[in-house]
Amino acid sequence: MSEPLVVLKDVNKHFGDLHVLKDINVTVERGEVVILIGPSGSGKSTLCRTINRLETFESGSITIDGKELPEEGKELAALRSDVGMVFQSFNLFAHKTILENVTLGPMKVRGIKKAEAEKRAMELLERVGIAHQAHKYPAQLSGGQQQRVAIARSLAMDPKVMLFDEPTSALDPEMITEVLDVMVQLAKSGMTMIVVTHEMGFARKAADRVVFLSDGEVHEQATPEEFFTHPKSDRAKDFLGKILTH
Amino acid sequence: MGDFFSNYDILGAFWVTVQLSVLSAIGALVIGTVVAVLRISPVGVLRLIGSLYVNLIRNTPLTLLMVSSILGLTFILGLQISEQNTRNAYWWAVIMLSVYHAAFVCEAIRSGVNTIPAGQAEAARSIGLTFGQSMREVLLPQAFRGAIAPLGSTLIALIKNTTVAAVILGTAEAAGLLAQITENEGASLPLFFVFALGFVVLTLPIGIGITNLSRRLAVKR
Ligand SMILES: Nc1ncnc2c1ncn2[C@@H]1O[C@H](COP(=O)(O)OP(=O)(O)OP(=O)(O)O)[C@@H](O)[C@H]1O
Ligand SMILES: [Mg+2]
Repeated sequence: MSEPLVVLKDVNKHFGDLHVLKDINVTVERGEVVILIGPSGSGKSTLCRTINRLETFESGSITIDGKELPEEGKELAALRSDVGMVFQSFNLFAHKTILENVTLGPMKVRGIKKAEAEKRAMELLERVGIAHQAHKYPAQLSGGQQQRVAIARSLAMDPKVMLFDEPTSALDPEMITEVLDVMVQLAKSGMTMIVVTHEMGFARKAADRVVFLSDGEVHEQATPEEFFTHPKSDRAKDFLGKILTH
Repeated sequence: MGDFFSNYDILGAFWVTVQLSVLSAIGALVIGTVVAVLRISPVGVLRLIGSLYVNLIRNTPLTLLMVSSILGLTFILGLQISEQNTRNAYWWAVIMLSVYHAAFVCEAIRSGVNTIPAGQAEAARSIGLTFGQSMREVLLPQAFRGAIAPLGSTLIALIKNTTVAAVILGTAEAAGLLAQITENEGASLPLFFVFALGFVVLTLPIGIGITNLSRRLAVKR
């Protein structure tokens, strides 16, 4: 049996006095799609960001494909390139065209030739439905389109795992579906994904497991069906009660 | 009036002003960019060096820097750039103008960096770019575009500050020559006007160009 792709062991993190992550133990298998869910301020974003070390942590360990995250420098950069990240606010490079956004990483980090990088970028943009806008700038696209480009930009690095931090919560309702469709497709293609989202439709359709986080602790892990219909912990019941009535 | 132009090389002096401006602007841009990168680097010591540079240089009068180059560095320490005294002074003027205005260029670029949302650097890091690569590819290009207006003001200040070089250059550049003519021929309002106009001719188009450029190159978010 091959080892899990992402392993978090006893991870602890503080922001000053605030203990944001408490003894987090989570493993993610290859090809698995895991949803991180929990109340605001429970540490979902922080957990996501520690996995590619946009945030540091004090104790415990995080390994990706058997390799522990390096502290800083070139090795860390190399490891990060294997971990895709999609942000709530898209964060496309504002001064570069859509095509340049997607080719930058492959060319600079992987050393791929321009022509080849562009060919692959166009395939990915085709896949997310933005190929015809390749020469526009990010500000000329709608939020949903920008987010799909951001997904293509991550995919261009051929990541082993992709992290999504509330990828649809900055979007107008009519654009949410177009982004979720791309993500469902991605999940079906076998990508390993860790997704912070409150979109239960997506969770039910694409996720293998839900990890419920509250106050920096993992309170429950279950299949989406089980979690949404029979939550075990009181905190999860309370939380689901709140989001379901809204 | 015509006498002044035939007896003195007024255009030649302004030509030196232009040379000083162009060379020092390039120098200031290069040094200023390096210092700006130091000031935003993740390494504490480098940030400290950057901020020491800016605070030390920015708060020293330019005249003092000019004079100390010749008096201190050449006469006392024997640091001579050229055997020939006027060339030596010329290059010291370029260096001191560069070093001085680099502090302002650095601050202009830093203000440009502050216009960039934090997500840009995070996205750059998350696709695996190193610090240097994120600087070159993502942060500096956006910072320069956001800093065109303050960089333009710095350039205009630099052009006018070339006059300070007169303290070591003598009559070679415009302000020095003006002082010389005034001393020889007596003060003349039209003459002052001609020299003032000379500087306006140099700086006004830059001001207009900068305004256009900053509008055209602004990063749309
Ligand atoms: N850079 C920071 N400095 C200090 N405190 C922070 C920082 N980032 C987050 N926090 C705090 O850490 C806690 C967890 O934040 P985090 O953003 O991970 O929560 P979250 O679960 O993603 O919440 P949300 O659903 O609102 O996005 C919060 O109390 C937050 O205020
Ligand atoms: Mg969050």
